[in-house]
Amino acid sequence: MNSTAAAKRYNGRMIWLSLLYAAFLLFAVYGFKHHLVDGLLAWLVAILPALPIIGIFAAMGRYLVEEQDEYVRMLLVRQMLWAMGFALSCATIWGFLEGFDMVGHIDGYWVVVVWYFGQAIGGLANKLTLGAAAGC
Amino acid sequence: MENRLKVLRAERNWSQQDLGERLEVSRQSVNAIETGKYDPSLPLAFRIAELFDLPIEEIFVSPSRRSSKAI
Repeated sequence: MNSTAAAKRYNGRMIWLSLLYAAFLLFAVYGFKHHLVDGLLAWLVAILPALPIIGIFAAMGRYLVEEQDEYVRMLLVRQMLWAMGFALSCATIWGFLEGFDMVGHIDGYWVVVVWYFGQAIGGLANKLTLGAAAGC
Repeated sequence: MENRLKVLRAERNWSQQDLGERLEVSRQSVNAIETGKYDPSLPLAFRIAELFDLPIEEIFVSPSRRSSKAI
């Protein structure tokens, strides 16, 4: 990760959102495990862990807007495009395999994990195509 | 895009980090521009030209002129 002012703000937001995610997930699991929630509240509590993840997407978007270094911004966009292509490809392939009963069901939120893995591939692609100039 | 950025920087004894700080961009941005791996936007190209007090075309080689010379 680059160390521009925008990147530092982004890292700070990511730490807070990750902590919030862990807290919300524990709260939701505890609530459902002990049958403390039902009806509309159950819906709200079930969605709760997703909110910080959505916040992470928003933080990424904000980082792209706030990043003043145009080259670093280009690297990020390239990385995100790789991640998007990889995640959508994996989801599509898995969807068809699942549809033809070749593999089991996987919960949809795993696509976010695959997307993060795609970010690593994007970073590697930047490194391979731009060498030392990729920098991150 | 070919350019004289590295030469101009060396004439002033600036490191890539020094130039990056003067242009308010990262060191890797300077590296990418110098090695021709990244073409700066027009606003950044103007900032570079103003820093060295030179017209843009004396820093960056026009790709069309370069190809017409090759022909």
